[in-house]
Amino acid sequence: MAKKLTKIIQSRTDNLLEVREFVMLAARQFGFSEEESSKIVLAVDEACTNVIKHAYQNAPDRSIQIDIMPDRETFQISIIDEGKSFNPNSAKMPDLKQHLSSFRRGGLGVYLMRTLMDKVEYNYSPGKRNEVRLIKYLTPSKSEARG
Amino acid sequence: MSEFKVHHRDGEGVSVIDLKGYLDAHTAPDLENAFQKLINEKKFNIVVNCRDLSYISSAGLGVFMAYIEDVRKNQGDIKLTNMSPKVYNVFDLLGFPILYEIYKDELEAVGKFGPRK
Repeated sequence: MAKKLTKIIQSRTDNLLEVREFVMLAARQFGFSEEESSKIVLAVDEACTNVIKHAYQNAPDRSIQIDIMPDRETFQISIIDEGKSFNPNSAKMPDLKQHLSSFRRGGLGVYLMRTLMDKVEYNYSPGKRNEVRLIKYLTPSKSEARG
Repeated sequence: MSEFKVHHRDGEGVSVIDLKGYLDAHTAPDLENAFQKLINEKKFNIVVNCRDLSYISSAGLGVFMAYIEDVRKNQGDIKLTNMSPKVYNVFDLLGFPILYEIYKDELEAVGKFGPRK
C-alpha cells in the first residue's frame, strides 16, 4: 500500500482551494489523467462543502480531515468531521430534470459525488465521527496516456 | 490571493458578466451579488462570459439556478458563453444545457436577445 496522505483544514470555504490542490497533486501522482483527476477534485470539494454547510452549519473553527489512501488500483479519499450527522438515506438521487426545472439548489453536490466517483460510502457515529469515502479505480481508460 | 473575479459590462441593452478563476462555495456569493445588483437595476438581459472561468462546483451552479426564475419572469434570460470543455462538462453532468442557452461566443449570445424595443 502506498503512503497515506492527510490534510486537516478548518471548516471555512476559503480552504477549499488548498484541498483541491492537495487532491489534484495526489490523483495525478497516482496515475489518473487530468480529466479524471478533475472529477475526483470536484467530488472532494462537494464533500467538504457539505461538511462546512451542513455538518458544521458554517461554524468556521471546526476541523475537517482529508485522508488519501492509494492502494494498488484503488484511490480512496475519506472526508472526516465531528459535526451533525447526515443521513445518506434521506438524500435520494434527484430526478435531475425535475429537480432543475423547479430550480432547487440543494442536493446537487451529493448527485455530483455519486456521478463523478465509482463508489461513495458513508460511515457515521452520530455526534462523534462522520466519514464519507470517495473511491475511484484506476483503469487504463482513466490513466494518463503513455507513449 | 485573488482566486475569483466578477466583472460587469453594459451595452446595447444587455449586461455581460465576465467570470474569472474559481467559482466554488467561497466565491459563489460574489456572483450572487452581481446578479442581485443587475436585478435591482431591472437589467434582466444577462450574458455570463465564462472564458476565464477555470473551475466550477455545484455551489456556483446553484447561483445560476437561484436567479434564472426571477430573470425569466421579467422577460429576460441568463445566457452562458465561452466555456472551456472542463467547465462545460460540469454544467452538462447536471443537465444545464436543457435549461440554459449556452453559446460558444459572446456576440452570438448578445444577438439572441434581439433588437431593443
